[in-house]
Amino acid sequence: MATINFVRSDGRAQSFAADSGSVMQLAIANGVDEIVAECGGNAMCATCHVYIDDAWIDRLPAMDEAENALLDGAAAERLPTSRLSCQIPITAELDGLVLRLPDRQV
Amino acid sequence: MTATISTGTASPIDRNALDMPSLDIDPFSMEFLSDPHPAHEILREAGPVVHLHKWNVYAVARHAEVWAVLNDPQTFCSSRGVGLSDFAKEKPWRPPSLILEADPPAHTRTRAVLNRVLSPAVMKQIRDRFAAAAEAKVDELLAKRSFDAVADLAEAYPLSVFPDAVGLRQEGREHLLAYAGVVFNAFGPPNELRQTAIERSMPHQAYVAEQCQRRNLAPEGFGGCIHARVDAGDITETEAPLLVRSLLSAGLDTTVNGIGAAIYCLARFPDQWARLRSDPSLARNAFEEAVRLESPVQTFFRTTTRDVEISGMHVDEGEKVLMLLAAANRDPRRWDNPDSYDITRRTSGHVGFGGGIHMCVGQLVARLEGEVLLAALARKVATLDISGPIERRYNNTLRGLERMPITLTPA
Repeated sequence: MATINFVRSDGRAQSFAADSGSVMQLAIANGVDEIVAECGGNAMCATCHVYIDDAWIDRLPAMDEAENALLDGAAAERLPTSRLSCQIPITAELDGLVLRLPDRQV
Repeated sequence: MTATISTGTASPIDRNALDMPSLDIDPFSMEFLSDPHPAHEILREAGPVVHLHKWNVYAVARHAEVWAVLNDPQTFCSSRGVGLSDFAKEKPWRPPSLILEADPPAHTRTRAVLNRVLSPAVMKQIRDRFAAAAEAKVDELLAKRSFDAVADLAEAYPLSVFPDAVGLRQEGREHLLAYAGVVFNAFGPPNELRQTAIERSMPHQAYVAEQCQRRNLAPEGFGGCIHARVDAGDITETEAPLLVRSLLSAGLDTTVNGIGAAIYCLARFPDQWARLRSDPSLARNAFEEAVRLESPVQTFFRTTTRDVEISGMHVDEGEKVLMLLAAANRDPRRWDNPDSYDITRRTSGHVGFGGGIHMCVGQLVARLEGEVLLAALARKVATLDISGPIERRYNNTLRGLERMPITLTPA
Protein backbone atom coordinates (compact mmCIF):
# COMPACT_ATOMS: atom_id res chain seq x y z
CA MET A 1 0.00 0.00 0.00
CA ALA A 2 1.31 3.45 -0.90
CA THR A 3 -0.09 6.82 0.07
CA ILE A 4 0.13 9.47 -2.63
CA ASN A 5 -0.11 13.12 -1.60
CA PHE A 6 -1.78 15.46 -4.08
CA VAL A 7 -1.50 19.24 -3.87
CA ARG A 8 -4.59 20.46 -5.74
CA SER A 9 -4.44 23.45 -8.07
CA ASP A 10 -6.15 25.57 -5.40
CA GLY A 11 -3.50 24.64 -2.83
CA ARG A 12 -5.53 22.00 -0.89
CA ALA A 13 -3.60 18.90 0.15
CA GLN A 14 -5.27 15.49 -0.21
CA SER A 15 -3.91 11.99 0.28
CA PHE A 16 -5.16 8.76 -1.24
CA ALA A 17 -3.80 5.23 -0.95
CA ALA A 18 -3.67 2.27 -3.32
CA ASP A 19 -1.54 -0.82 -3.85
CA SER A 20 -1.80 -1.07 -7.62
CA GLY A 21 -2.82 0.83 -10.72
CA SER A 22 -1.36 4.15 -11.79
CA VAL A 23 -1.28 7.53 -10.07
CA MET A 24 -3.71 8.69 -12.78
CA GLN A 25 -6.18 5.92 -11.92
CA LEU A 26 -5.93 6.78 -8.22
CA ALA A 27 -6.72 10.42 -8.98
CA ILE A 28 -9.68 9.55 -11.20
CA ALA A 29 -11.07 7.09 -8.64
CA ASN A 30 -11.01 9.83 -6.00
CA GLY A 31 -12.55 12.58 -8.10
CA VAL A 32 -9.41 14.68 -8.52
CA ASP A 33 -10.83 16.90 -11.27
CA GLU A 34 -7.51 18.31 -12.45
CA ILE A 35 -6.67 14.91 -13.93
CA VAL A 36 -8.67 14.52 -17.17
CA ALA A 37 -7.01 11.44 -18.71
CA GLU A 38 -8.82 11.66 -22.02
CA CYS A 39 -7.03 8.65 -23.47
CA GLY A 40 -7.70 6.49 -20.42
CA GLY A 41 -4.06 5.79 -19.62
CA ASN A 42 -2.62 4.89 -23.01
CA ALA A 43 0.03 7.65 -23.06
CA MET A 44 -1.56 9.38 -26.01
CA CYS A 45 -3.07 12.67 -24.83
CA ALA A 46 -1.03 14.51 -22.14
CA THR A 47 -4.11 15.36 -20.04
CA CYS A 48 -2.93 13.71 -16.81
CA HIS A 49 0.07 16.02 -16.40
CA VAL A 50 1.46 16.45 -12.85
CA TYR A 51 4.45 18.15 -11.22
CA ILE A 52 6.43 15.79 -9.04
CA ASP A 53 7.97 17.14 -5.83
CA ASP A 54 11.71 17.78 -6.26
CA ALA A 55 12.57 15.24 -3.57
CA TRP A 56 10.78 12.49 -5.50
CA ILE A 57 11.50 13.15 -9.15
CA ASP A 58 14.61 10.95 -9.33
CA ARG A 59 12.89 8.08 -7.53
CA LEU A 60 10.33 7.51 -10.29
CA PRO A 61 10.77 5.11 -13.19
CA ALA A 62 12.47 6.90 -16.09
CA MET A 63 10.21 8.42 -18.73
CA ASP A 64 10.22 6.97 -22.22
CA GLU A 65 10.44 8.90 -25.48
CA ALA A 66 6.66 8.87 -26.02
CA GLU A 67 5.95 10.47 -22.64
CA ASN A 68 8.71 12.99 -23.19
CA ALA A 69 7.24 14.05 -26.55
CA LEU A 70 3.69 14.22 -25.16
CA LEU A 71 4.76 16.51 -22.31
CA ASP A 72 5.92 19.07 -24.90
CA GLY A 73 2.27 19.42 -25.86
CA ALA A 74 0.82 19.62 -22.34
CA ALA A 75 -1.54 22.54 -21.80
CA ALA A 76 0.14 23.86 -18.64
CA GLU A 77 3.79 24.86 -18.62
CA ARG A 78 6.24 21.97 -18.79
CA LEU A 79 8.74 21.98 -15.91
CA PRO A 80 11.73 19.72 -15.22
CA THR A 81 9.48 17.88 -12.73
CA SER A 82 6.63 17.29 -15.22
CA ARG A 83 5.36 13.74 -15.68
CA LEU A 84 2.24 12.02 -17.01
CA SER A 85 0.54 10.36 -14.05
CA CYS A 86 -0.72 7.44 -16.17
CA GLN A 87 2.92 6.43 -16.63
CA ILE A 88 3.62 6.19 -12.88
CA PRO A 89 2.63 2.77 -11.54
CA ILE A 90 1.90 2.73 -7.81
CA THR A 91 4.39 0.62 -5.88
CA ALA A 92 5.33 0.38 -2.21
CA GLU A 93 8.48 2.41 -2.97
CA LEU A 94 6.31 5.38 -3.85
CA ASP A 95 4.69 5.54 -0.40
CA GLY A 96 4.68 9.23 0.54
CA LEU A 97 5.05 10.57 -3.03
CA VAL A 98 4.14 14.25 -3.25
CA LEU A 99 2.89 15.82 -6.46
CA ARG A 100 1.28 19.08 -7.50
CA LEU A 101 -1.52 19.44 -10.05
CA PRO A 102 -1.52 22.02 -12.84
CA ASP A 103 -4.55 24.29 -13.28
CA ARG A 104 -5.40 23.03 -16.75
CA GLN A 105 -4.96 19.96 -18.95
CA VAL A 106 -6.50 21.04 -22.27
CA MET B 1 -15.44 -4.95 -12.51
CA THR B 2 -12.50 -6.92 -13.87
CA ALA B 3 -12.05 -9.46 -16.61
CA THR B 4 -9.43 -12.16 -16.62
CA ILE B 5 -7.40 -13.38 -19.57
CA SER B 6 -5.57 -16.63 -18.92
CA THR B 7 -4.05 -19.55 -20.74
CA GLY B 8 -6.64 -21.89 -22.17
CA THR B 9 -6.28 -25.12 -20.21
CA ALA B 10 -9.67 -26.75 -20.46
CA SER B 11 -9.57 -30.14 -22.17
CA PRO B 12 -11.47 -30.39 -25.44
CA ILE B 13 -14.16 -32.43 -23.73
CA ASP B 14 -15.12 -30.06 -20.95
CA ARG B 15 -14.71 -26.85 -22.92
CA ASN B 16 -17.63 -24.81 -21.85
CA ALA B 17 -20.10 -26.12 -24.37
CA LEU B 18 -22.65 -25.72 -21.61
CA ASP B 19 -21.55 -22.35 -20.32
CA MET B 20 -21.01 -20.25 -23.38
CA PRO B 21 -24.25 -18.84 -24.76
CA SER B 22 -24.61 -19.16 -28.52
CA LEU B 23 -26.92 -16.48 -29.84
CA ASP B 24 -28.87 -16.02 -33.01
CA ILE B 25 -27.99 -12.35 -33.35
CA ASP B 26 -26.41 -10.82 -36.46
CA PRO B 27 -24.73 -7.57 -35.38
CA PHE B 28 -24.46 -6.55 -39.03
CA SER B 29 -28.07 -7.04 -40.10
CA MET B 30 -30.08 -3.99 -41.13
CA GLU B 31 -32.44 -4.63 -38.24
CA PHE B 32 -29.58 -4.64 -35.73
CA LEU B 33 -27.90 -1.59 -37.25
CA SER B 34 -31.09 0.45 -37.23
CA ASP B 35 -31.42 0.09 -33.42
CA PRO B 36 -28.53 -1.79 -31.83
CA HIS B 37 -29.23 -0.96 -28.20
CA PRO B 38 -31.77 -3.69 -27.29
CA ALA B 39 -29.51 -6.33 -28.86
CA HIS B 40 -26.45 -4.85 -27.12
CA GLU B 41 -28.23 -5.38 -23.82
CA ILE B 42 -29.02 -9.00 -24.68
CA LEU B 43 -25.38 -9.58 -25.66
CA ARG B 44 -24.06 -7.93 -22.48
CA GLU B 45 -26.40 -9.83 -20.18
CA ALA B 46 -25.97 -13.23 -21.85
CA GLY B 47 -22.43 -13.62 -20.50
CA PRO B 48 -18.89 -12.23 -20.52
CA VAL B 49 -18.27 -13.94 -23.88
CA VAL B 50 -20.88 -15.18 -26.32
CA HIS B 51 -20.75 -17.15 -29.56
CA LEU B 52 -22.60 -15.76 -32.57
CA HIS B 53 -23.37 -18.66 -34.86
CA LYS B 54 -24.46 -16.58 -37.84
CA TRP B 55 -20.79 -15.65 -38.49
CA ASN B 56 -19.14 -18.21 -36.20
CA VAL B 57 -17.41 -15.58 -34.09
CA TYR B 58 -17.08 -14.85 -30.40
CA ALA B 59 -18.23 -11.51 -29.03
CA VAL B 60 -17.56 -9.42 -25.93
CA ALA B 61 -20.02 -6.67 -25.03
CA ARG B 62 -19.21 -5.80 -21.39
CA HIS B 63 -16.76 -3.00 -20.63
CA ALA B 64 -14.37 -5.15 -18.58
CA GLU B 65 -13.95 -7.81 -21.28
CA VAL B 66 -13.72 -5.30 -24.14
CA TRP B 67 -11.07 -3.42 -22.16
CA ALA B 68 -9.17 -6.65 -21.45
CA VAL B 69 -9.16 -7.70 -25.11
CA LEU B 70 -8.06 -4.23 -26.26
CA ASN B 71 -5.20 -4.30 -23.79
CA ASP B 72 -3.79 -7.74 -24.65
CA PRO B 73 -2.58 -7.38 -28.24
CA GLN B 74 -0.30 -10.41 -27.91
CA THR B 75 -3.27 -12.71 -27.40
CA PHE B 76 -5.76 -10.75 -29.50
CA CYS B 77 -3.86 -9.74 -32.60
CA SER B 78 -4.67 -7.23 -35.33
CA SER B 79 -2.41 -8.52 -38.10
CA ARG B 80 -5.05 -11.09 -39.15
CA GLY B 81 -7.41 -8.18 -39.79
CA VAL B 82 -9.66 -6.14 -37.50
CA GLY B 83 -12.75 -7.07 -39.48
CA LEU B 84 -14.44 -10.46 -39.85
CA SER B 85 -12.14 -11.49 -42.68
CA ASP B 86 -9.16 -13.53 -41.39
CA PHE B 87 -6.07 -12.49 -43.35
CA ALA B 88 -4.51 -15.86 -42.56
CA LYS B 89 -7.28 -17.51 -44.62
CA GLU B 90 -8.50 -14.86 -47.04
CA LYS B 91 -6.80 -12.30 -49.25
CA PRO B 92 -7.48 -8.81 -47.85
CA TRP B 93 -9.59 -6.57 -50.10
CA ARG B 94 -6.78 -3.98 -50.09
CA PRO B 95 -3.11 -4.10 -49.00
CA PRO B 96 -3.28 -4.28 -45.18
CA SER B 97 -2.76 -1.15 -43.10
CA LEU B 98 0.75 -0.87 -41.63
CA ILE B 99 -0.66 0.35 -38.35
CA LEU B 100 -4.27 -0.77 -37.84
CA GLU B 101 -3.70 -4.28 -39.18
CA ALA B 102 -0.25 -4.80 -37.66
CA ASP B 103 1.16 -6.16 -34.39
CA PRO B 104 4.25 -5.22 -32.40
CA PRO B 105 7.10 -4.89 -33.15
CA ALA B 106 6.13 -3.76 -36.68
CA HIS B 107 3.27 -1.71 -35.30
CA THR B 108 5.45 0.02 -32.72
CA ARG B 109 7.60 1.68 -35.36
CA THR B 110 4.81 2.93 -37.62
CA ARG B 111 2.69 3.99 -34.68
CA ALA B 112 5.54 6.15 -33.33
CA VAL B 113 5.61 8.01 -36.66
CA LEU B 114 1.88 8.81 -36.60
CA ASN B 115 1.99 9.65 -32.87
CA ARG B 116 4.57 12.29 -33.64
CA VAL B 117 2.69 13.69 -36.65
CA LEU B 118 -0.54 13.97 -34.62
CA SER B 119 0.93 14.91 -31.23
CA PRO B 120 -0.44 17.36 -28.63
CA ALA B 121 2.30 19.81 -29.68
CA VAL B 122 1.06 19.72 -33.30
CA MET B 123 -2.53 20.28 -32.09
CA LYS B 124 -1.40 23.53 -30.47
CA GLN B 125 -0.15 24.70 -33.88
CA ILE B 126 -3.37 23.94 -35.76
CA ARG B 127 -5.81 24.91 -33.03
CA ASP B 128 -6.40 28.56 -34.03
CA ARG B 129 -7.00 27.61 -37.65
CA PHE B 130 -9.51 24.90 -36.72
CA ALA B 131 -11.28 27.25 -34.27
CA ALA B 132 -11.56 30.05 -36.84
CA ALA B 133 -13.06 27.65 -39.38
CA ALA B 134 -15.59 26.49 -36.77
CA GLU B 135 -16.66 30.08 -36.05
CA ALA B 136 -17.04 30.74 -39.78
CA LYS B 137 -19.09 27.58 -40.27
CA VAL B 138 -21.48 28.43 -37.44
CA ASP B 139 -21.91 32.00 -38.77
CA GLU B 140 -22.73 30.59 -42.20
CA LEU B 141 -25.31 28.19 -40.74
CA LEU B 142 -26.90 30.92 -38.61
CA ALA B 143 -27.46 32.87 -41.80
CA LYS B 144 -29.30 29.86 -43.26
CA ARG B 145 -31.24 29.07 -40.04
CA SER B 146 -32.47 25.68 -41.33
CA PHE B 147 -30.16 23.11 -42.89
CA ASP B 148 -29.15 19.45 -42.95
CA ALA B 149 -26.78 19.05 -40.00
CA VAL B 150 -25.20 15.98 -41.62
CA ALA B 151 -24.17 17.43 -45.00
CA ASP B 152 -23.92 21.09 -44.01
CA LEU B 153 -22.27 20.71 -40.61
CA ALA B 154 -21.06 17.24 -39.56
CA GLU B 155 -19.53 16.66 -43.02
CA ALA B 156 -18.86 20.23 -44.07
CA TYR B 157 -16.82 21.27 -41.05
CA PRO B 158 -14.30 18.39 -41.07
CA LEU B 159 -14.09 18.73 -44.87
CA SER B 160 -13.22 22.41 -44.39
CA VAL B 161 -10.24 21.69 -42.11
CA PHE B 162 -8.98 18.09 -42.28
CA PRO B 163 -8.05 17.68 -45.98
CA ASP B 164 -6.12 20.96 -45.79
CA ALA B 165 -4.39 19.83 -42.60
CA VAL B 166 -3.34 16.62 -44.36
CA GLY B 167 -2.11 18.76 -47.27
CA LEU B 168 -4.32 17.28 -50.00
CA ARG B 169 -4.93 18.82 -53.41
CA GLN B 170 -8.31 20.48 -53.92
CA GLU B 171 -9.54 18.28 -56.76
CA GLY B 172 -11.09 14.90 -56.09
CA ARG B 173 -11.89 15.39 -52.41
CA GLU B 174 -15.40 14.05 -53.00
CA HIS B 175 -13.80 10.59 -52.99
CA LEU B 176 -12.73 10.90 -49.35
CA LEU B 177 -16.01 10.11 -47.59
CA ALA B 178 -16.88 7.48 -50.17
CA TYR B 179 -13.53 5.74 -49.61
CA ALA B 180 -13.90 5.82 -45.84
CA GLY B 181 -17.40 4.36 -46.17
CA VAL B 182 -15.91 1.42 -48.07
CA VAL B 183 -13.15 0.89 -45.51
CA PHE B 184 -15.58 0.73 -42.60
CA ASN B 185 -18.11 -1.42 -44.44
CA ALA B 186 -15.31 -3.81 -45.35
CA PHE B 187 -14.66 -4.69 -41.68
CA GLY B 188 -18.06 -6.33 -41.65
CA PRO B 189 -19.11 -9.77 -42.91
CA PRO B 190 -19.72 -10.51 -46.60
CA ASN B 191 -23.20 -8.98 -46.52
CA GLU B 192 -24.74 -6.66 -49.08
CA LEU B 193 -23.30 -3.55 -47.43
CA ARG B 194 -19.77 -4.90 -47.74
CA GLN B 195 -20.06 -6.45 -51.17
CA THR B 196 -21.69 -3.40 -52.75
CA ALA B 197 -19.16 -1.05 -51.17
CA ILE B 198 -16.17 -3.02 -52.43
CA GLU B 199 -17.66 -3.47 -55.92
CA ARG B 200 -17.95 0.29 -56.29
CA SER B 201 -14.65 1.14 -54.63
CA MET B 202 -12.20 1.19 -57.56
CA PRO B 203 -12.36 4.93 -58.39
CA HIS B 204 -12.08 5.81 -54.71
CA GLN B 205 -9.14 3.46 -54.19
CA ALA B 206 -7.41 4.93 -57.25
CA TYR B 207 -7.88 8.48 -55.95
CA VAL B 208 -6.56 7.62 -52.48
CA ALA B 209 -3.54 5.70 -53.80
CA GLU B 210 -2.57 8.67 -55.94
CA GLN B 211 -3.06 11.31 -53.22
CA CYS B 212 -0.88 9.36 -50.80
CA GLN B 213 2.16 9.97 -53.00
CA ARG B 214 4.60 12.59 -51.78
CA ARG B 215 4.30 14.70 -54.94
CA ASN B 216 0.60 15.28 -54.23
CA LEU B 217 0.97 16.36 -50.60
CA ALA B 218 1.86 19.80 -49.23
CA PRO B 219 5.15 19.40 -47.34
CA GLU B 220 3.89 21.10 -44.16
CA GLY B 221 0.69 19.00 -43.84
CA PHE B 222 0.25 15.76 -41.89
CA GLY B 223 0.88 13.79 -45.10
CA GLY B 224 4.08 15.68 -45.90
CA CYS B 225 5.25 15.21 -42.30
CA ILE B 226 4.78 11.44 -42.65
CA HIS B 227 6.88 11.42 -45.84
CA ALA B 228 9.53 13.51 -44.07
CA ARG B 229 10.06 10.57 -41.70
CA VAL B 230 11.44 8.67 -44.70
CA ASP B 231 14.29 11.17 -44.85
CA ALA B 232 14.90 10.62 -41.12
CA GLY B 233 15.11 6.85 -41.72
CA ASP B 234 12.10 5.96 -39.55
CA ILE B 235 10.08 4.43 -42.39
CA THR B 236 10.70 3.43 -46.00
CA GLU B 237 9.50 5.12 -49.17
CA THR B 238 7.01 2.35 -49.77
CA GLU B 239 5.62 2.56 -46.23
CA ALA B 240 4.96 6.31 -46.21
CA PRO B 241 2.04 6.32 -48.72
CA LEU B 242 0.32 3.51 -46.80
CA LEU B 243 0.58 5.48 -43.56
CA VAL B 244 -0.92 8.53 -45.28
CA ARG B 245 -3.69 6.19 -46.43
CA SER B 246 -4.50 5.50 -42.77
CA LEU B 247 -5.24 9.20 -42.25
CA LEU B 248 -7.52 9.24 -45.28
CA SER B 249 -9.25 6.00 -44.24
CA ALA B 250 -9.92 6.85 -40.63
CA GLY B 251 -9.52 10.59 -40.24
CA LEU B 252 -12.67 11.99 -41.76
CA ASP B 253 -15.76 9.77 -41.63
CA THR B 254 -15.08 9.11 -37.95
CA THR B 255 -15.10 12.79 -37.00
CA VAL B 256 -18.11 13.34 -39.28
CA ASN B 257 -20.03 10.78 -37.26
CA GLY B 258 -18.61 12.04 -33.96
CA ILE B 259 -19.72 15.59 -34.66
CA GLY B 260 -23.05 14.34 -36.00
CA ALA B 261 -23.49 12.36 -32.77
CA ALA B 262 -22.79 15.43 -30.65
CA ILE B 263 -25.30 17.58 -32.54
CA TYR B 264 -27.87 14.77 -32.34
CA CYS B 265 -27.31 14.49 -28.56
CA LEU B 266 -27.47 18.23 -27.90
CA ALA B 267 -30.69 18.49 -29.91
CA ARG B 268 -32.30 15.62 -27.98
CA PHE B 269 -31.11 16.65 -24.50
CA PRO B 270 -32.12 20.34 -24.16
CA ASP B 271 -30.97 20.50 -20.52
CA GLN B 272 -27.47 19.55 -21.64
CA TRP B 273 -27.59 22.11 -24.45
CA ALA B 274 -28.56 24.76 -21.86
CA ARG B 275 -25.68 23.66 -19.67
CA LEU B 276 -23.24 23.91 -22.56
CA ARG B 277 -24.48 27.39 -23.45
CA SER B 278 -24.01 28.56 -19.88
CA ASP B 279 -20.46 27.16 -19.82
CA PRO B 280 -18.89 26.72 -23.27
CA SER B 281 -15.73 25.36 -21.62
CA LEU B 282 -17.70 22.09 -21.33
CA ALA B 283 -17.54 21.73 -25.13
CA ARG B 284 -14.66 19.28 -25.15
CA ASN B 285 -16.31 16.95 -22.65
CA ALA B 286 -19.68 17.34 -24.40
CA PHE B 287 -18.03 15.95 -27.53
CA GLU B 288 -16.31 13.16 -25.60
CA GLU B 289 -19.57 12.15 -23.94
CA ALA B 290 -21.28 12.01 -27.34
CA VAL B 291 -18.52 9.68 -28.55
CA ARG B 292 -19.19 7.46 -25.53
CA LEU B 293 -22.96 7.46 -25.87
CA GLU B 294 -23.25 7.10 -29.65
CA SER B 295 -19.96 5.30 -30.36
CA PRO B 296 -19.44 6.37 -34.00
CA VAL B 297 -17.16 3.34 -34.41
CA GLN B 298 -19.33 0.52 -33.11
CA THR B 299 -17.12 -2.53 -33.45
CA PHE B 300 -13.73 -4.00 -34.23
CA PHE B 301 -12.49 -7.58 -34.36
CA ARG B 302 -9.34 -9.24 -33.09
CA THR B 303 -8.01 -12.77 -33.79
CA THR B 304 -6.75 -15.07 -31.03
CA THR B 305 -3.10 -16.09 -31.27
CA ARG B 306 -3.46 -18.97 -28.77
CA ASP B 307 -6.05 -20.91 -26.81
CA VAL B 308 -7.32 -18.49 -24.19
CA GLU B 309 -9.78 -18.19 -21.33
CA ILE B 310 -11.65 -14.88 -21.25
CA SER B 311 -13.33 -14.55 -17.84
CA GLY B 312 -13.42 -18.34 -17.68
CA MET B 313 -14.78 -18.88 -21.19
CA HIS B 314 -12.58 -20.90 -23.54
CA VAL B 315 -11.76 -19.60 -27.02
CA ASP B 316 -9.48 -21.55 -29.37
CA GLU B 317 -6.50 -20.15 -31.22
CA GLY B 318 -7.32 -18.58 -34.58
CA GLU B 319 -10.83 -17.42 -33.68
CA LYS B 320 -12.31 -14.03 -34.41
CA VAL B 321 -13.43 -12.01 -31.38
CA LEU B 322 -15.85 -9.15 -31.98
CA MET B 323 -15.52 -6.23 -29.56
CA LEU B 324 -18.83 -4.38 -29.25
CA LEU B 325 -17.34 -1.02 -28.29
CA ALA B 326 -20.73 0.67 -28.30
CA ALA B 327 -22.20 -1.89 -25.90
CA ALA B 328 -19.22 -1.49 -23.54
CA ASN B 329 -19.77 2.26 -23.58
CA ARG B 330 -23.27 1.74 -22.14
CA ASP B 331 -22.46 -1.14 -19.80
CA PRO B 332 -24.26 -0.43 -16.52
CA ARG B 333 -21.47 -2.33 -14.72
CA ARG B 334 -19.16 0.54 -15.66
CA TRP B 335 -21.38 3.61 -16.14
CA ASP B 336 -24.08 5.25 -14.02
CA ASN B 337 -27.19 6.07 -16.09
CA PRO B 338 -25.43 4.73 -19.17
CA ASP B 339 -28.14 5.78 -21.64
CA SER B 340 -28.20 9.42 -20.58
CA TYR B 341 -26.13 12.17 -22.18
CA ASP B 342 -24.35 14.04 -19.37
CA ILE B 343 -21.78 16.58 -20.54
CA THR B 344 -20.16 16.72 -17.09
CA ARG B 345 -19.65 12.94 -16.87
CA ARG B 346 -16.12 11.67 -16.16
CA THR B 347 -15.72 9.92 -19.50
CA SER B 348 -12.16 8.63 -19.07
CA GLY B 349 -12.10 4.93 -19.81
CA HIS B 350 -14.76 4.87 -22.55
CA VAL B 351 -13.77 2.81 -25.59
CA GLY B 352 -15.24 5.00 -28.32
CA PHE B 353 -11.69 5.56 -29.56
CA GLY B 354 -10.73 1.96 -28.81
CA GLY B 355 -7.98 1.44 -26.25
CA GLY B 356 -4.51 -0.01 -25.75
CA ILE B 357 -1.78 0.23 -28.37
CA HIS B 358 -4.24 0.64 -31.26
CA MET B 359 -6.30 3.40 -29.63
CA CYS B 360 -7.27 5.93 -32.29
CA VAL B 361 -4.11 7.76 -33.33
CA GLY B 362 -6.18 10.73 -34.51
CA GLN B 363 -8.09 11.12 -31.24
CA LEU B 364 -6.56 14.53 -30.59
CA VAL B 365 -7.64 15.84 -33.99
CA ALA B 366 -11.15 14.50 -33.40
CA ARG B 367 -11.37 16.15 -29.98
CA LEU B 368 -10.03 19.41 -31.34
CA GLU B 369 -12.64 19.48 -34.11
CA GLY B 370 -15.44 18.53 -31.71
CA GLU B 371 -14.40 21.01 -29.05
CA VAL B 372 -14.00 24.11 -31.21
CA LEU B 373 -17.20 23.42 -33.15
CA LEU B 374 -19.37 22.83 -30.06
CA ALA B 375 -17.80 25.86 -28.33
CA ALA B 376 -18.66 28.05 -31.34
CA LEU B 377 -22.25 26.75 -31.33
CA ALA B 378 -22.56 27.32 -27.57
CA ARG B 379 -21.45 30.94 -27.88
CA LYS B 380 -23.38 31.92 -31.00
CA VAL B 381 -26.57 29.85 -30.98
CA ALA B 382 -29.59 30.14 -28.66
CA THR B 383 -31.74 27.23 -29.79
CA LEU B 384 -30.84 24.11 -31.72
CA ASP B 385 -33.79 21.92 -32.71
CA ILE B 386 -34.46 18.93 -34.91
CA SER B 387 -36.96 20.29 -37.44
CA GLY B 388 -37.78 17.32 -39.66
CA PRO B 389 -37.49 13.54 -39.90
CA ILE B 390 -34.00 12.12 -39.43
CA GLU B 391 -32.65 9.31 -41.60
CA ARG B 392 -30.06 6.79 -40.52
CA ARG B 393 -27.00 5.92 -42.62
CA TYR B 394 -26.13 2.23 -42.72
CA ASN B 395 -22.56 1.01 -42.43
CA ASN B 396 -21.17 -2.24 -40.99
CA THR B 397 -18.93 -0.37 -38.53
CA LEU B 398 -19.92 3.30 -38.38
CA ARG B 399 -23.06 4.56 -36.69
CA GLY B 400 -24.43 7.89 -37.82
CA LEU B 401 -27.10 9.71 -39.73
CA GLU B 402 -27.77 10.32 -43.41
CA ARG B 403 -29.94 13.37 -42.78
CA MET B 404 -30.71 15.53 -39.73
CA PRO B 405 -32.77 18.68 -40.39
CA ILE B 406 -31.81 21.30 -37.81
CA THR B 407 -33.08 24.82 -37.18
CA LEU B 408 -31.01 27.34 -35.23
CA THR B 409 -31.76 30.70 -33.70
CA PRO B 410 -28.96 33.15 -32.91
CA ALA B 411 -27.90 33.96 -29.35
